[in-house]
Amino acid sequence: MELRVNPNRMQLLRLRVRLKTARRGHKMLKDKRDELMRRFLDLVRQNKELRQVVEERLGRAAGQLLMATASASPAVIEEALAFPKQKLDLRVKKDNIMGVRVARFDFSWGGAGGEADLYPYGPAHTPADLDAAIKTLSETLPDLLRLAEIEKAAELLAVEVEKTRRRVNALEYVLIPKLEETIKYITMKLDEAERGNLTRLMKIKQMVHEAEA
Amino acid sequence: MSTPRIAVLGDRASVLGFKVLGFDAVVAEGPEAARAALARLVQQGYAVIYVVEATAAGMLDAIAEYADRSLPAIVLIPGSRGSLGLGLAKMKRAVEKAVGADILFGKEG
Repeated sequence: MELRVNPNRMQLLRLRVRLKTARRGHKMLKDKRDELMRRFLDLVRQNKELRQVVEERLGRAAGQLLMATASASPAVIEEALAFPKQKLDLRVKKDNIMGVRVARFDFSWGGAGGEADLYPYGPAHTPADLDAAIKTLSETLPDLLRLAEIEKAAELLAVEVEKTRRRVNALEYVLIPKLEETIKYITMKLDEAERGNLTRLMKIKQMVHEAEA
Repeated sequence: MSTPRIAVLGDRASVLGFKVLGFDAVVAEGPEAARAALARLVQQGYAVIYVVEATAAGMLDAIAEYADRSLPAIVLIPGSRGSLGLGLAKMKRAVEKAVGADILFGKEG
């Protein structure tokens, strides 16, 4: 299928320029797609590994917490955890992966005094399993944040990869063939008109000759 | 913008422990409450929202809506009853979207 244009030299020139631009754009988008894809798959792979680690640790923490609630009443546990001493200080930075804006997370503890501040309760009335659960959780925190960062980045890249892929395909399978065909159509039309013109001239010349003779 | 914060959304037993880390624990029982809570958390500008898988199961469409925003990052985590594999499933969908086919998770399933 070709574009609807007038088969003249002006259009031909314009279409040739468009074709050239389309080809160049196609090449660049293809490179972009390949690189995006590489980064995306990289992130997905990291995400998968990290998720396994995090899920395993969170499962362990949940188990320990369950043990804690078994040996003390849930009310005691909840009370013990009600007022955390730690203040989580989260910082969000913007990063740029191939034109996709992603967030990077960075954190620090806002508590006053080291590890003891992690436990917002006295040791007397709470089971040791609670301490273990909290320790496991706090150790998981950096990975947990990293997981959020990577997963979000991968999601955003997925959207971008899809967009770029569609553009590449639209250029490759729709616009460029269309332009090529239209250029061919115009060239043929012009050639045909040229031949028609030539025969007409030859015929006229012959008629003139005959009239003179 | 106020300082970015982290929230955990899920059933009581699952989110309890995260309080200690300085996360804001939000308890939501039932899909309707969870939806409302998620919308509220997003509006309040939380940077990271961890959602317990069992809670997320009923509102995957609501979570998918925020997929193309740069923030918040919504991450599914296993709850107190173990992993349901929803977190991996989410990544799998992203791969399918980008590549057009599942090329990473097919074998391990």
